[in-house]
Amino acid sequence: MSDLVLRVNPILCDGHGLCAELLPERIELDEWGYPIVDAAAMPRSLEPHARRAVAACPVLALRLERR
Amino acid sequence: MSVAEKLAAPAAPRLLGGLRRDGRAVPLAAHVERYGPLPLELRAAELLDRVARSGLTGRGGAGFPTATKLESVLRRGTRPIVVANGTEGEPPSGKDKALLAYAPHLVIDGAVLAARAVNAKKVIVATTSIVHAAVARAISERPREAGIAVRTLVVPDRFVAGEETALIQFLNGGPAAPTLTPPRPYERGVGGAPTVVLNVETLAHLALIARYGATWFREAGTPDEPGSVLVTVSGAVRDPGVYEVELGSPFAQLLADAGADGQAQAYLVGGYFGTWVKATDAHGAAVSNVDLAHFGASLGARAIIVLPPDACGVVETARVARYLAEESAGQCGPCVHGLAAIADSLEQLADGLHTADTALLRRRLAQVANRGACRHPDGAVALVASALRVFSDEVDRHLRGRRCTGHGRPVLPIP
Ligand SMILES: Cc1cc2nc3c(=O)[nH]c(=O)nc-3n(C[C@H](O)[C@H](O)[C@H](O)COP(=O)(O)O)c2cc1C
Ligand code: SF4
Ligand code: SF4
Repeated sequence: MSDLVLRVNPILCDGHGLCAELLPERIELDEWGYPIVDAAAMPRSLEPHARRAVAACPVLALRLERR
Repeated sequence: MSVAEKLAAPAAPRLLGGLRRDGRAVPLAAHVERYGPLPLELRAAELLDRVARSGLTGRGGAGFPTATKLESVLRRGTRPIVVANGTEGEPPSGKDKALLAYAPHLVIDGAVLAARAVNAKKVIVATTSIVHAAVARAISERPREAGIAVRTLVVPDRFVAGEETALIQFLNGGPAAPTLTPPRPYERGVGGAPTVVLNVETLAHLALIARYGATWFREAGTPDEPGSVLVTVSGAVRDPGVYEVELGSPFAQLLADAGADGQAQAYLVGGYFGTWVKATDAHGAAVSNVDLAHFGASLGARAIIVLPPDACGVVETARVARYLAEESAGQCGPCVHGLAAIADSLEQLADGLHTADTALLRRRLAQVANRGACRHPDGAVALVASALRVFSDEVDRHLRGRRCTGHGRPVLPIP
């Protein structure tokens, strides 16, 4: 099975920071409020949280992709 | 070796050898006289094979193997489009403008042959405003060759407009701003067709490889980096301009040819996404990516700027950092805010302000790298990081609020 990784579309993202609140294990915010996403494979245990963060992004900038 | 490969090739310089002295474009008849007719008898597979065996790599900055790019559109199955990238948004670079203004037929030949190689019927030559008339005139001199339609289009004079996805979005009627990848141009480009974007210098070399063969191409350069390259040299030099040199030739020779200031402190190698190299390091170096890697540098856009002894590398880099921040396409938060913040930090340092904070600057560089939709912020970060490394003594002086050695007259060009 391939790995799931988080990816942010920096063109769409407008730095709401909601995702970092929902998934602090993988997402931190930079000095300007934009998410720095950990590009390592997502452990199973975090998957539901990751899906919640993805769903919460108001501009659909956050995606969970197969690698 | 086929018959065409035995055609006598003109001596070096390969691309710039046949130019007129009056600064006008070489007309079609003179071009054909020098290089021979377009080898349209070559089949697509043979063309592709020659390019592959030549080892030609992209001259637009990233240095990717050209044959691989051609193959990737060919594999898509639908009819592809060839885009010749002659936008050259890099302020210290003039090589693509020179080629298009003085030897446009070499570029158009290459674009038509690239189209042949991938079975494309459409070629678009994207240019800056200044050379557009020369390109349009050259296109109008030619008959339609092999059923391939060639047209040209002016792209806005902005730094990021030449990034390939920006170019494609512009050609599709949108803004000249990069788009998120995937899809890459070879997957979905102009009008949705698989598109191969090649730098105009790359195409000029391709035009000669098609005529004289891969073995001929490899007679110049090194086994790893074959051929010649166009380099734009400026700054503290007697004869600024575009030089054609063999890859692997001595850097010192190029500097001597351009009449570089013997007291130069450093060279900016690779343009505004490039790397500062100390003059003492560069003297024994070769014009090649393999060699420049020892100094953390690469040829990049092949613009080289000689920094005179009385200029300040920190001040110069701060000016370019601000320019690059302002040239952001304004789409990605980390690029928009990050590059502006990096320019702020560097300006404070350049001005010797007590608020200057190199730890914060380094943190910002680390935060911004790899976070844009395109490599624009990464290029800017690499430039600033190299300045901190190479000009560490000046950085210290600035931090102590000492008077700067820079004389104030700018060296690095900002449009
Ligand atoms: C911000 C940015 C600006 C660029 N500007 C140019 C340019 O002006 N001309 C160019 O040929 N390539 C430019 N490139 C590189 C192109 O995206 C592309 O890689 C190149 O045109 C491919 O041609 P090549 O394979 O022949 O080198 C730029 C890339 C970036 C990230
Ligand atoms: S929630 Fe969406 S828009 Fe907000 S910071 Fe995260 S990715 Fe960006
Ligand atoms: S990284 Fe910067 S230049 Fe590139 S698309 Fe984003 S905003 Fe534009």
